[in-house]
Amino acid sequence: MAKIVVDPITRIEGHLRIEAEIDNGRITDAWSSSTMFRGIEKILKGRDPRDAWFWTQRFCGVCTTVHSIASIRAVEDALKIKIPPNAQLIRNIIIGIQNVQDHVIHFYHLHALDWVDVTSALKADPAGTSALAASLSDWPNNSPTYFKSVQDRLKSFVASGRLGPFANAYWGHPAYKLPPEANLMATAHYLEALEWQKDVIRIHAILGSKNPHPQTFLVGGMAIPIDPDSQNALNADKLMEIKRLLKKAQDFVEKVYIPDLLAVASFYKDWAAIGGGVGNFLCYGEFPDAAGNQWLPQGAILGKDISKVLPVDQKKVAEYVDHSWFEYKNGPEKGLHPWEGESEARYSGPKPPYEHLDTDKKYSWVKAPRYDEKAMEVGPLARVLVAYASGHKEAKGAVDMVLNKLGVGPEALFSTLGRTGARGIDCLLIARQTPAWLDELIANIAKGDYRIHANEKWDPGEWPAEASGYGWHEAPRGALGHWIRIKDQKILNYQAVVPSTWNASPRDAKGQRGPYEASLVGTPVADPAKPLEILRTVHSFDPCLACAVHVTDAAGNEVIRVKVS
Amino acid sequence: MIERDYIGREYSVGEILRERGVSRRDFLKFCSAMTAAMALPATFAPKVAQALDEVKRPPLVWLEFQDCAGDTEALLRSANPTVGEIVLDILSVDYHETIMAAAGHQAEAALEKTIADYRGKYLCVVEGSIPMKDGGVYGCVGGKSHLDRARQVCGGALATIAVGTCASFGGIPAAVPNPTGAVGVKEAVPGATVINLPGCPVNADNLTATVVHYLVFGKIPALDGHGRPLFAYGKRIHDNCERRPHFDAGQYVEHWGDDGHRKGFCLYRMGCKGPATFHNCPTQRYNEKTGWPVGSGHGCAGCSEPAFWDTMGPLYKRLPHVPGFGIEHTVDKIGIGLAAGAAAAFAVHGALNAIRRDKEPSDETREG
Repeated sequence: MAKIVVDPITRIEGHLRIEAEIDNGRITDAWSSSTMFRGIEKILKGRDPRDAWFWTQRFCGVCTTVHSIASIRAVEDALKIKIPPNAQLIRNIIIGIQNVQDHVIHFYHLHALDWVDVTSALKADPAGTSALAASLSDWPNNSPTYFKSVQDRLKSFVASGRLGPFANAYWGHPAYKLPPEANLMATAHYLEALEWQKDVIRIHAILGSKNPHPQTFLVGGMAIPIDPDSQNALNADKLMEIKRLLKKAQDFVEKVYIPDLLAVASFYKDWAAIGGGVGNFLCYGEFPDAAGNQWLPQGAILGKDISKVLPVDQKKVAEYVDHSWFEYKNGPEKGLHPWEGESEARYSGPKPPYEHLDTDKKYSWVKAPRYDEKAMEVGPLARVLVAYASGHKEAKGAVDMVLNKLGVGPEALFSTLGRTGARGIDCLLIARQTPAWLDELIANIAKGDYRIHANEKWDPGEWPAEASGYGWHEAPRGALGHWIRIKDQKILNYQAVVPSTWNASPRDAKGQRGPYEASLVGTPVADPAKPLEILRTVHSFDPCLACAVHVTDAAGNEVIRVKVS
Repeated sequence: MIERDYIGREYSVGEILRERGVSRRDFLKFCSAMTAAMALPATFAPKVAQALDEVKRPPLVWLEFQDCAGDTEALLRSANPTVGEIVLDILSVDYHETIMAAAGHQAEAALEKTIADYRGKYLCVVEGSIPMKDGGVYGCVGGKSHLDRARQVCGGALATIAVGTCASFGGIPAAVPNPTGAVGVKEAVPGATVINLPGCPVNADNLTATVVHYLVFGKIPALDGHGRPLFAYGKRIHDNCERRPHFDAGQYVEHWGDDGHRKGFCLYRMGCKGPATFHNCPTQRYNEKTGWPVGSGHGCAGCSEPAFWDTMGPLYKRLPHVPGFGIEHTVDKIGIGLAAGAAAAFAVHGALNAIRRDKEPSDETREG
């Protein structure tokens, strides 16, 4: 038996370490650890609740809008503020394009290289790639000349002898199965998606000044004024630019991302039986209308049983620290609801530099959130499953389309491939829906409704002495919750239970594994010196954390050190 | 493997761009944009072009410490040049956890190789603060503390570019009560040559302009008292703000969404920190010059100033004393948090040290 230590895994945001035991070419157990802590929840105490979104936005630079949304919703819930319909619609557009852009970046830039061998693209026949791409969609960049130009660019890059971010990867690994022509197609789209994402996200810059870290949110609404007759407000010119960019986003998803996803997945159908995980799924629902109804439904699914969608109760969320570097005042045994949450850091791991963590004891900066004492997976798969099982029309159509094209049944969704496929489905649904919110916004403005902010409770003098609330949001990576308690106009306590806390969680008091840990169990590893398969499954969650891989024996002694030329 | 197959001579940035079909006209347009970003007269554009024609792709390593990856995301949004051009054509980005293909030992080996082969010649970009408390246990990668990694890598770099306010000044983790003892790179590794590009996040155009400045002139740009390039941080937001005439005319937004808000009046009374903040946001803007905070109706948060998290807040509280009219103020005259003498000394020292090589990590690093 060998133990693999993954620290840091690359192509993720943040610092993540995976340790895994391997026996007979399969992972038999795994531990997930985050190795970075900042303590922002603690720093928030005593500050103005209206500022919380600006601080919590910095939890994550990839998910900058999402923490703003959850935070503002938490404060609005605590203070019982109802925002104007325009603010709701602007937030929906911001959330929509965030999801679409983020999913595309994840697929091409953070996950594709687990399935696509860039070096093989050098051997491709551009005419063959062109024929393949043209058989999938009518995307304009499907010509042999285009793919030849991409291949030439790659060749000159490689000829420089300096491979930059593409050096030392697992190129040539036997687990790569795409033919050279498909590899060239995906590599070309890797580069195209880089251009595309920076363009479409300008919607955030129009509505919110910049991305990342938009600066336009307000407790009670939005700070972007609306006035068709002003050059300093959201006017027809800016609305039409947003419309154009949303169309551009939708085109790329429909004509490039989804065809690529299906083409790549068709070579890796064995991964529809790997990486299932905890089998419990949690979704908070998203995209409220003016009446508060959600376009994507909330719900919980337990034990992979999609015949039943359970309602979600925020009181059932609790965080455990039995295996996390924190201490609770009254001991670690009992989980704490976020309103009572504590973030007292007490590191008890090895002194750096270290080779191993003590996975029998505390081993992560991530707490273990549990819903009704169960480990839950969150993310696009949870979102799509809950929508599919709830009979959401568009979700059902998209899921069935993907399953039919791949020739697999719904059980294939509970896997590494299913997780990656669900992200594409989620992206497609939202890319198609977001323009509708823009149309609604335009219709409102046409009626003369320019309201973007509810002013009544802006002044803290109007607030109750004490209040508590929570804000939920379906971020690209899944169910995100912020919980706040306010006293005397100041933040008394603030806790965020974020998607990666659910998914990257270590074991809890009962020894239940978190989703990364559970999904890795049973994963095959062909070459322990190049554990590409670990990256595939961990990346399928779109983790917000970072890694390097060391291979050691069960006693903790290193048995293999990968030699790099 | 492909390294062995294709090893050849190094191509200049200009050659690579030509080979992949970038027209001379587009190349010169890029050079003009960079010249403008560096606040240089347009007559410098040919010099920029000439330098890029000659320079080889310099190696760059990007380290993420106590970060949120917001600066990495800003890099992904860069437009002139795009991130694809930066990665494939202009720099050799040998280590960047968020975008690199390799993982594990292979990733670490890429970093080790670059810092050994190009000692004193590689550029280092740091994103995120460095926790100093309790032996650096609050940030580790590959089992190594951020502090050890910073001393090793920044110490051997030609120059370190601290992107974002966390790497520059400690940022949000360093806000009171600073639970992890977070500091910026210059404080953690005093011996390193550090250029601070604060902002939350860094403006990618300012990062590119700093790199181009180095490629063109062979040295780092002139810095202000906080280690920030004057070309990007030499003036207050207030002094270049498109809403400044409304400030001078006494026209202010009083409530979110009111008539003045819709007409683009001054946001000072809504808490704008532009009068105390040095940054080129009003002119450089973000996301291909699409927007910036004040432009979209929200006040400036002061995010490029040291300790702004504690000194500028609360976000919606108006600044008590706005320096009066006129555009004569400089950072050193206003003197936020730093003695003018030390500031000037640092600026001169920084410029002179620009091409100093083989600096060793200092022992003066503050613990705790």
